[in-house]
Amino acid sequence: MAIPVRKFDAVIVGAGGAGMRASLQLAEAGFRVAVLSKVFPTRSHTVAAQGGIGAALGNMGEDSWLWHMYDTVKGSDYLGDQDAIEFLCREAPKVVLELEHYGMPFDRNDNGTVYQRPFGGHSQNFGERPVQRSCCAADRTGHAMLHTLYQRNVRANTQFFVEWMALDLVRDASGQVLGVTAMEMETGEVSILHARAVLFATGGAGRIFSASTNAFINTGDGLGMAARAGIPLEDMEFWQFHPTGVAGAGVLITEGVRGEGGYLLNKNGERFMERYAPTMKDLASRDVVSRAMATEIKEGRGAGPDGDYILLKLDHLGVEVVEKRLPGIREIARKFANVDPVKDPIPVVPTCHYQMGGIPTNYRGEVVVPKDGNPESVVPGFYAAGECACASVHGANRLGTNSLTDLLVFGKASGDTTIRFLRENPGHKDLPRDAADMTLARLARLDSQTNGESVYETGAEMRRIMQAHCGVFRFPDMLVEGVKKIKETAERVKRTMIQDKSKVFNTARVEALELENLIEVAVATLVSAEARKESRGAHDRADFGDTPQHPNGRNDQDWLKHTLWYRQDSRLDYKPVHLKPLTAESFEPKKRTY
Amino acid sequence: MKFSIYRYDPEKDSQPRMQDYDIELQPSDRMLLDALVRIKAADDSLSLRRSCREGVCGSDAMNINGKNGLACVTPLAGLKEPVTLRPLPGLPVIRDLIVDMTQFFKQYHSVKPYLVNNEPVPEKERLQTPAERAELDGLYECILCACCSTACPSFWWNPDKFVGPAGLLQAYRFLADTRDQATSERLDNLEDPYRLFRCHSIMNCVDVCPKGLNPTRAIGKIKDLMVKRAV
Repeated sequence: MAIPVRKFDAVIVGAGGAGMRASLQLAEAGFRVAVLSKVFPTRSHTVAAQGGIGAALGNMGEDSWLWHMYDTVKGSDYLGDQDAIEFLCREAPKVVLELEHYGMPFDRNDNGTVYQRPFGGHSQNFGERPVQRSCCAADRTGHAMLHTLYQRNVRANTQFFVEWMALDLVRDASGQVLGVTAMEMETGEVSILHARAVLFATGGAGRIFSASTNAFINTGDGLGMAARAGIPLEDMEFWQFHPTGVAGAGVLITEGVRGEGGYLLNKNGERFMERYAPTMKDLASRDVVSRAMATEIKEGRGAGPDGDYILLKLDHLGVEVVEKRLPGIREIARKFANVDPVKDPIPVVPTCHYQMGGIPTNYRGEVVVPKDGNPESVVPGFYAAGECACASVHGANRLGTNSLTDLLVFGKASGDTTIRFLRENPGHKDLPRDAADMTLARLARLDSQTNGESVYETGAEMRRIMQAHCGVFRFPDMLVEGVKKIKETAERVKRTMIQDKSKVFNTARVEALELENLIEVAVATLVSAEARKESRGAHDRADFGDTPQHPNGRNDQDWLKHTLWYRQDSRLDYKPVHLKPLTAESFEPKKRTY
Repeated sequence: MKFSIYRYDPEKDSQPRMQDYDIELQPSDRMLLDALVRIKAADDSLSLRRSCREGVCGSDAMNINGKNGLACVTPLAGLKEPVTLRPLPGLPVIRDLIVDMTQFFKQYHSVKPYLVNNEPVPEKERLQTPAERAELDGLYECILCACCSTACPSFWWNPDKFVGPAGLLQAYRFLADTRDQATSERLDNLEDPYRLFRCHSIMNCVDVCPKGLNPTRAIGKIKDLMVKRAV
């Protein structure tokens, strides 16, 4: 069947922080680049980031990229690749200053420099004391950053395809990536976007959980497309539960609240983090704080009529500080928690927030897969950056602020790597004859299905399973049962049915296609989690607790390695962690305490 | 809870119609968007845009009981029934609650919404005092939801000529930035009987802005700058 083909030098899927930082490199270098986005670029989920961008500018006191690197390696529970982490931390100050030059409205110090606030897990001198490293625009840093990047792209004349949903990756017989199939949502028309390089910046899939800080659009589209095209997904068992989602609503309350001096209380009014993390207290890393909160609730010290939440106190900061540094939080607390935080504490619970795993890449943004004995063979023409990618800088647990740093550093780096590839590989390779077959078959199935499973019900079932079987604390029998249940749900997803068959802006069709991506991520997560027989970072198993031989349940002898999940038969493979940085000394794994 | 919702699918409907829904809400349904998600679960043909569900992405702007707002931050409690939902006024409807925002973004782009500074890029940040930075408060927070421009009669009459409150708010955001050097070009760009001066301070924009911003004040400040440079 003939469908329209459009040719570009490069196609970027996703117009959030990573996609628009990458597109800037390509557009400013004069390449013909198409940026596809399901939503208008400034509606991408980067917009919801609040607390800041981690970079050792040293504006508030002594800081160094090496300390940032140490914190990130330790925060990752030593699963992060140290070459990528060194790259992240060394590049961070440069990309933050570039953003300032683009017009980012950063908060300022009296001397005119960018203001930086303390954040969880960030320290001076290798864990000695908290440091002020988070560069912020009040508590709207993601919004300010996303709009600034969009504005800069307007200046660069970047070509956006707004409200286009990418559907599948196009690869030839050799495995080279040659483009994507995509649907224009307004017309329902499907095209092939033929390119010499494809860069995925499609964000995370936090919508696999019922309680999530994530936007509706965070459906792991890039991960689903990669998995269907035979690319493995890395470290999918590691999901970050942010300590402070508004209880019941899931809406994010930035860690910047604790950075500015707020703290957590149990029902007895006890500042319990002092017991769990004597040095960093409420500014310990997120996995540690979320586990402490869940423990308090489990042991009967939760607040509220059902004892099922924790209180976040910030009234002692005073109205001025709240209005100046945390105005968005006050707005959210009033709207979604019915409290004015300058008077009363906010009810919060750990809430699914961030996907540490993703499409495997190296620190240059090239997608890498095992091939012919090489665990990291480059897939020609394929790049990934941001939350959809796993470089891996976050390992088993991401530090707050490092997500925005990741978007800027690896958005830019993957853009630069793509440019090098385009210069060395002129000319488009021919599309395979069957380039759009899988996509057209998926759409035809959905259009012709007249009875079957409801998209809404099946999605809700998937989210309930993930929430119950793969949360903050994980239990061996629940994981085994969860794998069985999620695979059954995956079978149901193959039979989903939509009533609405219209071509025009059919959001029922979009949601059905999104569910096909989400379910790949959900299966990958549960299968990878069940298989990893240790506790590490955000992956906490009840059957692997703290022992002298395996501190915090972590088993470096057997499990200091990355998981790779393949869609075909849900097969697992593993590859080594890069313990050798680019220039710095290695940070050897040791027990994490805060 | 009862709803009356504007429906139009150009593939099926010769003209728009209002459709009634009566749905049972759950205790966790606090905002209008929660109810809309529930309606869509029962009738998947209802089309609307939505994403962040916390009032920061600007996707789900619509006309709610006659007033523009974001569904995700509009509490259900206090809405008069039947809750009447229409697409944002003044823009072409693509389908149901989804409007074509091309004209709105065209006006936004027309103000050159990016920092212009042609000096060599410094090694460190360009310095700005906290007071200078505070000048951007109430401006940079705009989420481009279009509630304001589509509530403005001047924009309804001349969407191709009048920049509208959202675009003008951003025009002033760059005029107010001490790092920007294009003041004169920016004012030239707006010196026109329509682009700026069609604002008659009706202040519908201020009334509907879900972020509590004040485009009318920003427009006043642009007019002040025009006067200042004329004398």
